[in-house]
Amino acid sequence: MLAKRIIPCLDIKDGKVVKGVNFVGLKDVGDPIELAKEYDRQCADEVVFLDITATYENRDIIRDLIQRGANELSIPLCVGGGIRSVEDFRMILSSGADKVSVNSAAVKNPQLIKDASDEFGVQCVVLAVDAKARDDQSGWDVYVAGGRINTGLDLIEWVKKGEALGAGEILLTSMDADGTRDGFDIKMLKAVVEAVNIPVIASGGCGDKEDIAEVFEQTNCDAALAASLFHFGEATVDEVKDICAARHIPVRRNKQ
Amino acid sequence: MIAIIDYHVGNLGSVTNAFKRLGMDVAVTRDHDVIRQADGIILPGVGSFPVAMKHLEQYDLIDVLNEVKDKGTPIMGICLGMQILFETGYEFTTTQGLGFLSGTVELMQVNEKLPHMGWNQLIFNHQHPVLNHIEEEDYVYFVHSYAANCPDEELIAYCEYGGIKVPAIVGKDNVLGCQFHPEKSGEVGKMILKAFKEIVEQ
Repeated sequence: MLAKRIIPCLDIKDGKVVKGVNFVGLKDVGDPIELAKEYDRQCADEVVFLDITATYENRDIIRDLIQRGANELSIPLCVGGGIRSVEDFRMILSSGADKVSVNSAAVKNPQLIKDASDEFGVQCVVLAVDAKARDDQSGWDVYVAGGRINTGLDLIEWVKKGEALGAGEILLTSMDADGTRDGFDIKMLKAVVEAVNIPVIASGGCGDKEDIAEVFEQTNCDAALAASLFHFGEATVDEVKDICAARHIPVRRNKQ
Repeated sequence: MIAIIDYHVGNLGSVTNAFKRLGMDVAVTRDHDVIRQADGIILPGVGSFPVAMKHLEQYDLIDVLNEVKDKGTPIMGICLGMQILFETGYEFTTTQGLGFLSGTVELMQVNEKLPHMGWNQLIFNHQHPVLNHIEEEDYVYFVHSYAANCPDEELIAYCEYGGIKVPAIVGKDNVLGCQFHPEKSGEVGKMILKAFKEIVEQ
Protein backbone atom coordinates (compact mmCIF):
# COMPACT_ATOMS: atom_id res chain seq x y z
CA MET A 1 0.00 0.00 0.00
CA LEU A 2 1.21 3.50 -0.81
CA ALA A 3 2.38 5.21 2.37
CA LYS A 4 1.34 8.70 3.40
CA ARG A 5 4.41 10.90 3.16
CA ILE A 6 5.70 13.26 5.85
CA ILE A 7 7.84 16.03 4.44
CA PRO A 8 9.89 18.47 6.48
CA CYS A 9 10.31 21.77 4.65
CA LEU A 10 13.46 23.81 5.08
CA ASP A 11 13.09 27.51 4.33
CA ILE A 12 16.50 28.63 3.15
CA LYS A 13 18.01 32.09 2.90
CA ASP A 14 21.61 32.71 1.87
CA GLY A 15 22.39 29.02 2.32
CA LYS A 16 20.97 28.85 5.85
CA VAL A 17 17.72 27.49 7.25
CA VAL A 18 15.09 29.92 8.43
CA LYS A 19 11.41 29.64 9.21
CA GLY A 20 8.99 32.43 8.59
CA VAL A 21 5.92 32.88 10.71
CA ASN A 22 3.33 34.26 8.33
CA PHE A 23 6.29 34.91 6.03
CA VAL A 24 7.86 37.53 8.34
CA GLY A 25 10.08 37.39 11.41
CA LEU A 26 12.76 35.00 10.26
CA LYS A 27 14.86 33.01 12.69
CA ASP A 28 18.04 31.18 11.71
CA VAL A 29 18.10 27.53 12.68
CA GLY A 30 21.18 26.17 10.96
CA ASP A 31 22.80 24.26 8.16
CA PRO A 32 20.28 22.85 5.65
CA ILE A 33 22.25 19.71 4.83
CA GLU A 34 22.84 18.72 8.45
CA LEU A 35 19.19 19.29 9.24
CA ALA A 36 18.03 17.40 6.14
CA LYS A 37 20.25 14.43 7.02
CA GLU A 38 18.77 14.40 10.50
CA TYR A 39 15.29 14.25 8.95
CA ASP A 40 16.46 11.42 6.68
CA ARG A 41 17.55 9.53 9.82
CA GLN A 42 14.16 10.26 11.40
CA CYS A 43 12.48 8.54 8.44
CA ALA A 44 11.26 11.61 6.61
CA ASP A 45 9.87 10.53 3.24
CA GLU A 46 11.16 13.49 1.28
CA VAL A 47 12.71 16.89 2.00
CA VAL A 48 11.82 20.26 0.51
CA PHE A 49 14.34 23.09 0.20
CA LEU A 50 12.53 26.36 -0.29
CA ASP A 51 14.87 29.21 -1.17
CA ILE A 52 12.87 32.14 0.10
CA THR A 53 15.35 34.70 -1.14
CA ALA A 54 14.25 33.31 -4.47
CA THR A 55 16.40 35.33 -6.81
CA TYR A 56 19.02 32.80 -7.82
CA GLU A 57 21.42 35.71 -8.21
CA ASN A 58 24.03 33.59 -6.61
CA ARG A 59 23.42 30.30 -8.39
CA ASP A 60 26.61 28.74 -7.10
CA ILE A 61 25.29 28.70 -3.53
CA ILE A 62 22.05 26.96 -4.41
CA ARG A 63 23.72 24.59 -6.89
CA ASP A 64 26.25 23.57 -4.27
CA LEU A 65 23.52 23.10 -1.69
CA ILE A 66 21.45 20.88 -4.00
CA GLN A 67 24.48 18.82 -4.98
CA ARG A 68 25.41 18.24 -1.36
CA GLY A 69 21.80 17.45 -0.50
CA ALA A 70 21.37 14.98 -3.34
CA ASN A 71 24.67 13.26 -2.59
CA GLU A 72 24.15 12.93 1.14
CA LEU A 73 20.44 12.16 1.38
CA SER A 74 18.89 8.76 0.73
CA ILE A 75 15.42 10.21 0.12
CA PRO A 76 14.01 12.48 -2.61
CA LEU A 77 14.73 16.20 -2.60
CA CYS A 78 12.38 18.88 -3.91
CA VAL A 79 13.64 22.43 -4.47
CA GLY A 80 11.54 25.55 -4.88
CA GLY A 81 11.63 29.31 -4.78
CA GLY A 82 12.19 31.80 -7.55
CA ILE A 83 12.01 29.35 -10.45
CA ARG A 84 11.17 31.31 -13.58
CA SER A 85 12.23 29.31 -16.60
CA VAL A 86 12.89 25.89 -18.07
CA GLU A 87 16.59 26.75 -17.64
CA ASP A 88 16.03 27.16 -13.88
CA PHE A 89 14.43 23.70 -13.86
CA ARG A 90 17.40 22.32 -15.74
CA MET A 91 19.93 23.82 -13.34
CA ILE A 92 18.12 22.48 -10.28
CA LEU A 93 17.49 19.00 -11.68
CA SER A 94 20.99 18.64 -13.11
CA SER A 95 22.37 19.57 -9.69
CA GLY A 96 20.58 16.51 -8.31
CA ALA A 97 17.13 17.56 -7.09
CA ASP A 98 14.30 15.15 -7.89
CA LYS A 99 11.53 17.71 -8.14
CA VAL A 100 11.15 21.41 -8.67
CA SER A 101 8.31 23.40 -7.18
CA VAL A 102 7.11 26.42 -9.06
CA ASN A 103 4.65 29.02 -7.81
CA SER A 104 4.45 32.67 -8.96
CA ALA A 105 6.16 32.08 -12.30
CA ALA A 106 3.56 29.46 -13.22
CA VAL A 107 0.76 31.95 -12.52
CA LYS A 108 2.48 34.54 -14.68
CA ASN A 109 3.30 32.04 -17.40
CA PRO A 110 1.30 28.78 -17.16
CA GLN A 111 3.08 27.49 -20.27
CA LEU A 112 6.13 26.99 -18.03
CA ILE A 113 4.36 24.00 -16.44
CA LYS A 114 3.85 22.43 -19.86
CA ASP A 115 7.32 23.22 -21.15
CA ALA A 116 8.99 21.85 -18.02
CA SER A 117 6.89 18.69 -17.88
CA ASP A 118 7.43 18.02 -21.59
CA GLU A 119 11.16 18.43 -21.12
CA PHE A 120 11.74 16.69 -17.78
CA GLY A 121 8.60 14.65 -17.11
CA VAL A 122 5.52 15.39 -15.00
CA GLN A 123 7.05 13.65 -11.99
CA CYS A 124 9.42 16.51 -11.29
CA VAL A 125 6.99 19.42 -11.72
CA VAL A 126 5.39 20.38 -8.42
CA LEU A 127 2.87 23.20 -8.65
CA ALA A 128 3.04 25.13 -5.38
CA VAL A 129 -0.09 27.14 -4.69
CA ASP A 130 -0.72 29.63 -1.88
CA ALA A 131 -4.42 30.25 -1.38
CA LYS A 132 -6.73 32.10 0.97
CA ALA A 133 -10.50 31.97 1.49
CA ARG A 134 -12.48 34.77 -0.13
CA ASP A 135 -14.26 37.07 2.31
CA ASP A 136 -17.66 35.83 1.19
CA GLN A 137 -16.50 32.19 1.72
CA SER A 138 -17.43 31.37 -1.88
CA GLY A 139 -14.07 29.64 -2.43
CA TRP A 140 -10.38 30.49 -2.42
CA ASP A 141 -8.15 32.89 -4.31
CA VAL A 142 -4.60 32.15 -5.40
CA TYR A 143 -1.89 34.45 -4.03
CA VAL A 144 1.66 35.00 -5.26
CA ALA A 145 4.82 36.81 -4.16
CA GLY A 146 4.97 35.08 -0.79
CA GLY A 147 1.28 35.69 -0.20
CA ARG A 148 1.34 39.42 -0.84
CA ILE A 149 -0.56 39.62 -4.11
CA ASN A 150 -4.05 38.26 -4.79
CA THR A 151 -4.06 37.05 -8.39
CA GLY A 152 -7.85 36.83 -8.49
CA LEU A 153 -7.48 33.28 -9.82
CA ASP A 154 -9.87 30.73 -8.34
CA LEU A 155 -7.94 27.97 -6.54
CA ILE A 156 -9.92 25.07 -7.94
CA GLU A 157 -9.75 26.33 -11.51
CA TRP A 158 -6.03 26.95 -11.15
CA VAL A 159 -5.11 23.50 -9.83
CA LYS A 160 -7.20 21.86 -12.56
CA LYS A 161 -5.44 23.93 -15.16
CA GLY A 162 -2.08 23.08 -13.59
CA GLU A 163 -2.85 19.38 -13.78
CA ALA A 164 -3.96 19.66 -17.40
CA LEU A 165 -0.72 21.47 -18.28
CA GLY A 166 1.41 18.71 -16.78
CA ALA A 167 1.97 19.35 -13.07
CA GLY A 168 2.73 16.04 -11.37
CA GLU A 169 1.85 17.12 -7.87
CA ILE A 170 0.20 20.02 -6.01
CA LEU A 171 1.83 21.57 -2.94
CA LEU A 172 -1.07 23.43 -1.38
CA THR A 173 -0.43 26.05 1.30
CA SER A 174 -3.36 27.62 3.07
CA MET A 175 -2.56 31.27 3.83
CA ASP A 176 -5.33 31.22 6.39
CA ALA A 177 -3.79 28.35 8.32
CA ASP A 178 -0.09 29.08 7.73
CA GLY A 179 1.68 30.28 10.85
CA THR A 180 -1.34 29.72 13.10
CA ARG A 181 -0.29 26.20 14.16
CA ASP A 182 -4.00 25.41 14.56
CA GLY A 183 -3.99 22.49 12.14
CA PHE A 184 -4.23 22.08 8.39
CA ASP A 185 -6.99 23.69 6.33
CA ILE A 186 -9.13 20.58 5.91
CA LYS A 187 -11.87 22.25 3.89
CA MET A 188 -9.49 23.69 1.31
CA LEU A 189 -7.57 20.43 1.03
CA LYS A 190 -10.69 18.37 0.51
CA ALA A 191 -11.79 20.67 -2.29
CA VAL A 192 -8.44 20.41 -4.08
CA VAL A 193 -8.03 16.64 -3.60
CA GLU A 194 -11.46 16.17 -5.14
CA ALA A 195 -10.68 18.46 -8.06
CA VAL A 196 -7.48 16.79 -9.30
CA ASN A 197 -6.16 13.29 -9.90
CA ILE A 198 -2.52 13.95 -8.99
CA PRO A 199 -0.94 13.78 -5.53
CA VAL A 200 -1.60 16.69 -3.15
CA ILE A 201 0.76 17.81 -0.36
CA ALA A 202 -0.91 19.57 2.57
CA SER A 203 0.92 22.61 3.90
CA GLY A 204 0.28 25.37 6.37
CA GLY A 205 -1.00 25.24 9.92
CA CYS A 206 0.69 22.17 11.33
CA GLY A 207 1.12 22.84 15.04
CA ASP A 208 1.52 19.43 16.59
CA LYS A 209 1.90 15.75 15.82
CA GLU A 210 -1.82 15.09 15.95
CA ASP A 211 -2.45 17.60 13.16
CA ILE A 212 -0.62 15.37 10.69
CA ALA A 213 -2.58 12.26 11.63
CA GLU A 214 -5.73 14.31 11.40
CA VAL A 215 -5.09 15.63 7.91
CA PHE A 216 -4.59 12.06 6.67
CA GLU A 217 -7.76 10.87 8.39
CA GLN A 218 -9.93 13.70 7.20
CA THR A 219 -8.71 14.17 3.62
CA ASN A 220 -7.29 12.00 0.87
CA CYS A 221 -4.14 14.08 0.57
CA ASP A 222 -0.93 12.14 -0.08
CA ALA A 223 1.58 13.99 2.02
CA ALA A 224 1.86 16.52 4.81
CA LEU A 225 4.50 19.19 4.96
CA ALA A 226 5.69 20.90 8.14
CA ALA A 227 8.57 23.15 9.08
CA SER A 228 8.64 24.60 12.58
CA LEU A 229 7.20 21.46 14.22
CA PHE A 230 10.37 19.63 13.23
CA HIS A 231 12.93 22.44 13.18
CA PHE A 232 12.56 23.38 16.80
CA GLY A 233 12.72 19.78 17.95
CA GLU A 234 9.14 19.74 19.22
CA ALA A 235 8.59 16.48 17.39
CA THR A 236 10.59 14.05 15.31
CA VAL A 237 9.26 12.56 12.10
CA ASP A 238 9.43 9.17 13.84
CA GLU A 239 7.17 10.38 16.62
CA VAL A 240 4.63 11.64 14.11
CA LYS A 241 4.75 8.26 12.40
CA ASP A 242 4.20 6.50 15.75
CA ILE A 243 0.94 8.39 16.08
CA CYS A 244 -0.06 7.76 12.47
CA ALA A 245 0.69 4.03 12.74
CA ALA A 246 -1.31 3.77 15.95
CA ARG A 247 -4.22 5.32 14.08
CA HIS A 248 -3.83 2.82 11.19
CA ILE A 249 -2.53 5.37 8.70
CA PRO A 250 -0.03 3.64 6.36
CA VAL A 251 3.43 5.12 6.95
CA ARG A 252 6.93 3.91 6.19
CA ARG A 253 8.89 3.06 9.34
CA ASN A 254 12.61 2.90 9.94
CA LYS A 255 14.03 -0.62 9.82
CA GLN A 256 14.92 -1.92 13.25
CA MET B 1 34.28 -1.46 -10.85
CA ILE B 2 30.69 -0.51 -11.55
CA ALA B 3 30.03 1.56 -14.65
CA ILE B 4 27.12 3.96 -14.36
CA ILE B 5 26.10 4.70 -17.91
CA ASP B 6 26.16 8.43 -18.57
CA TYR B 7 23.81 9.09 -21.48
CA HIS B 8 22.45 12.48 -20.57
CA VAL B 9 19.48 11.42 -18.48
CA GLY B 10 19.75 13.57 -15.40
CA ASN B 11 21.97 13.81 -12.39
CA LEU B 12 23.85 10.68 -11.40
CA GLY B 13 25.23 12.00 -8.12
CA SER B 14 22.96 10.12 -5.76
CA VAL B 15 23.35 6.71 -7.40
CA THR B 16 27.12 7.25 -7.69
CA ASN B 17 27.38 8.14 -4.03
CA ALA B 18 25.19 5.26 -2.95
CA PHE B 19 27.69 2.80 -4.48
CA LYS B 20 30.69 4.72 -3.16
CA ARG B 21 29.24 4.48 0.34
CA LEU B 22 29.11 0.70 -0.17
CA GLY B 23 32.84 0.79 -0.87
CA MET B 24 32.59 0.24 -4.63
CA ASP B 25 34.71 1.74 -7.36
CA VAL B 26 32.36 3.66 -9.59
CA ALA B 27 32.86 5.13 -13.04
CA VAL B 28 30.27 7.44 -14.54
CA THR B 29 30.98 6.85 -18.18
CA ARG B 30 29.97 6.37 -21.77
CA ASP B 31 33.41 5.10 -22.77
CA HIS B 32 33.07 1.74 -24.48
CA ASP B 33 36.30 0.31 -23.08
CA VAL B 34 35.37 1.24 -19.52
CA ILE B 35 31.94 -0.33 -20.02
CA ARG B 36 33.56 -3.52 -21.41
CA GLN B 37 35.87 -3.77 -18.40
CA ALA B 38 33.19 -3.10 -15.80
CA ASP B 39 32.19 -5.85 -13.36
CA GLY B 40 28.67 -4.45 -13.22
CA ILE B 41 26.58 -1.94 -15.12
CA ILE B 42 24.01 0.52 -13.83
CA LEU B 43 21.64 1.94 -16.42
CA PRO B 44 19.96 4.95 -14.82
CA GLY B 45 17.23 6.99 -16.40
CA VAL B 46 14.87 9.88 -15.88
CA GLY B 47 12.67 11.36 -18.60
CA SER B 48 10.84 9.52 -21.34
CA PHE B 49 11.36 6.19 -23.12
CA PRO B 50 11.91 7.61 -26.64
CA VAL B 51 14.35 10.28 -25.46
CA ALA B 52 16.37 7.74 -23.46
CA MET B 53 16.65 5.41 -26.48
CA LYS B 54 17.59 8.33 -28.70
CA HIS B 55 20.42 9.25 -26.35
CA LEU B 56 21.67 5.65 -26.19
CA GLU B 57 21.80 5.67 -29.98
CA GLN B 58 23.45 9.08 -30.14
CA TYR B 59 26.23 7.95 -27.86
CA ASP B 60 26.51 4.67 -29.76
CA LEU B 61 25.89 2.64 -26.61
CA ILE B 62 23.42 0.03 -27.80
CA ASP B 63 25.96 -2.40 -29.31
CA VAL B 64 28.33 -2.25 -26.37
CA LEU B 65 25.46 -2.79 -23.91
CA ASN B 66 24.42 -5.85 -25.92
CA GLU B 67 28.01 -7.06 -25.87
CA VAL B 68 28.36 -6.87 -22.07
CA LYS B 69 24.89 -8.31 -21.59
CA ASP B 70 25.80 -11.30 -23.80
CA LYS B 71 29.02 -11.98 -21.94
CA GLY B 72 27.14 -12.07 -18.62
CA THR B 73 28.07 -8.80 -16.91
CA PRO B 74 25.41 -8.02 -14.27
CA ILE B 75 23.27 -5.09 -15.43
CA MET B 76 20.77 -3.18 -13.32
CA GLY B 77 18.39 -0.66 -14.87
CA ILE B 78 16.81 1.90 -12.57
CA CYS B 79 13.40 3.50 -13.21
CA LEU B 80 13.39 4.53 -16.88
CA GLY B 81 16.65 2.57 -17.17
CA MET B 82 14.62 -0.50 -16.20
CA GLN B 83 11.85 0.30 -18.67
CA ILE B 84 14.18 0.49 -21.67
CA LEU B 85 15.45 -3.03 -20.88
CA PHE B 86 12.15 -4.26 -22.36
CA GLU B 87 11.28 -4.79 -26.01
CA THR B 88 8.87 -1.97 -26.70
CA GLY B 89 7.75 1.25 -25.03
CA TYR B 90 4.47 3.06 -25.67
CA GLU B 91 5.25 6.43 -24.05
CA PHE B 92 4.15 9.15 -26.53
CA THR B 93 4.98 6.87 -29.45
CA THR B 94 6.01 3.28 -30.10
CA THR B 95 9.74 2.90 -29.44
CA GLN B 96 11.95 -0.14 -29.61
CA GLY B 97 13.79 -0.81 -26.35
CA LEU B 98 16.95 -2.80 -25.70
CA GLY B 99 14.99 -6.05 -25.57
CA PHE B 100 17.08 -7.59 -22.76
CA LEU B 101 13.80 -8.56 -21.06
CA SER B 102 10.64 -9.69 -22.79
CA GLY B 103 7.63 -7.44 -22.45
CA THR B 104 6.37 -3.95 -23.03
CA VAL B 105 6.11 -0.68 -21.13
CA GLU B 106 2.66 0.91 -21.08
CA LEU B 107 0.69 3.62 -19.33
CA MET B 108 -0.62 2.21 -16.06
CA GLN B 109 -4.35 1.47 -16.14
CA VAL B 110 -5.22 2.17 -12.52
CA ASN B 111 -8.16 3.48 -10.55
CA GLU B 112 -5.80 5.77 -8.64
CA LYS B 113 -3.79 8.95 -9.04
CA LEU B 114 -0.97 9.09 -11.59
CA PRO B 115 1.97 9.42 -11.35
CA HIS B 116 2.34 6.57 -8.89
CA MET B 117 4.44 8.68 -6.57
CA GLY B 118 5.73 7.82 -3.14
CA TRP B 119 6.72 4.90 -0.95
CA ASN B 120 5.13 1.57 -1.67
CA GLN B 121 5.64 -1.95 -0.34
CA LEU B 122 7.45 -4.73 -2.13
CA ILE B 123 5.75 -8.10 -2.45
CA PHE B 124 8.02 -10.95 -3.50
CA ASN B 125 7.08 -13.10 -6.48
CA HIS B 126 10.23 -15.17 -7.03
CA GLN B 127 13.31 -15.73 -4.92
CA HIS B 128 16.34 -13.87 -6.15
CA PRO B 129 19.69 -12.85 -4.58
CA VAL B 130 18.76 -9.17 -5.06
CA LEU B 131 16.21 -9.67 -2.27
CA ASN B 132 18.79 -11.11 0.14
CA HIS B 133 18.97 -8.17 2.53
CA ILE B 134 15.38 -6.94 2.47
CA GLU B 135 12.05 -8.23 3.67
CA GLU B 136 8.64 -8.44 2.13
CA GLU B 137 6.56 -5.29 2.74
CA ASP B 138 9.63 -3.08 2.90
CA TYR B 139 8.97 0.34 1.40
CA VAL B 140 10.78 1.78 -1.63
CA TYR B 141 10.32 5.06 -3.50
CA PHE B 142 8.43 5.06 -6.81
CA VAL B 143 7.71 7.82 -9.25
CA HIS B 144 6.33 6.78 -12.64
CA SER B 145 3.20 6.64 -14.78
CA TYR B 146 4.31 3.87 -17.15
CA ALA B 147 4.97 0.33 -16.02
CA ALA B 148 6.31 -2.93 -17.38
CA ASN B 149 4.05 -5.64 -18.67
CA CYS B 150 6.20 -8.75 -18.40
CA PRO B 151 5.93 -12.53 -18.08
CA ASP B 152 5.65 -13.97 -14.57
CA GLU B 153 9.08 -15.61 -14.72
CA GLU B 154 10.72 -12.19 -15.07
CA LEU B 155 8.75 -10.69 -12.18
CA ILE B 156 10.85 -10.84 -9.00
CA ALA B 157 8.84 -8.41 -6.88
CA TYR B 158 5.87 -6.11 -7.35
CA CYS B 159 3.80 -3.60 -5.46
CA GLU B 160 0.06 -3.07 -5.45
CA TYR B 161 -1.35 0.20 -6.69
CA GLY B 162 -4.76 1.21 -7.96
CA GLY B 163 -5.90 -2.39 -8.31
CA ILE B 164 -2.95 -3.75 -10.29
CA LYS B 165 0.36 -5.47 -9.61
CA VAL B 166 3.06 -3.01 -10.58
CA PRO B 167 6.35 -4.74 -11.52
CA ALA B 168 8.94 -3.37 -9.08
CA ILE B 169 11.94 -5.68 -9.55
CA VAL B 170 12.31 -7.60 -12.79
CA GLY B 171 15.08 -9.77 -14.08
CA LYS B 172 16.35 -12.59 -16.21
CA ASP B 173 19.85 -14.13 -16.10
CA ASN B 174 22.35 -11.31 -15.57
CA VAL B 175 19.82 -8.52 -16.23
CA LEU B 176 17.93 -6.80 -13.42
CA GLY B 177 15.66 -3.78 -13.26
CA CYS B 178 14.08 -1.70 -10.49
CA GLN B 179 11.09 0.47 -11.30
CA PHE B 180 11.65 2.39 -8.06
CA HIS B 181 14.73 4.40 -7.12
CA PRO B 182 16.93 2.34 -4.76
CA GLU B 183 19.25 5.35 -4.40
CA LYS B 184 16.30 7.36 -3.00
CA SER B 185 14.80 4.56 -0.95
CA GLY B 186 16.56 4.99 2.37
CA GLU B 187 18.04 1.99 4.14
CA VAL B 188 16.01 -0.54 2.11
CA GLY B 189 17.34 0.93 -1.13
CA LYS B 190 20.89 0.66 0.17
CA MET B 191 20.33 -3.01 0.97
CA ILE B 192 19.14 -3.65 -2.60
CA LEU B 193 22.24 -1.96 -4.01
CA LYS B 194 24.35 -3.96 -1.56
CA ALA B 195 22.77 -7.17 -2.88
CA PHE B 196 23.57 -6.04 -6.43
CA LYS B 197 27.14 -5.34 -5.33
CA GLU B 198 27.38 -8.93 -4.05
CA ILE B 199 26.00 -10.27 -7.32
CA VAL B 200 28.66 -8.25 -9.15
CA GLU B 201 31.44 -9.50 -6.88
CA GLN B 202 30.54 -13.17 -7.26
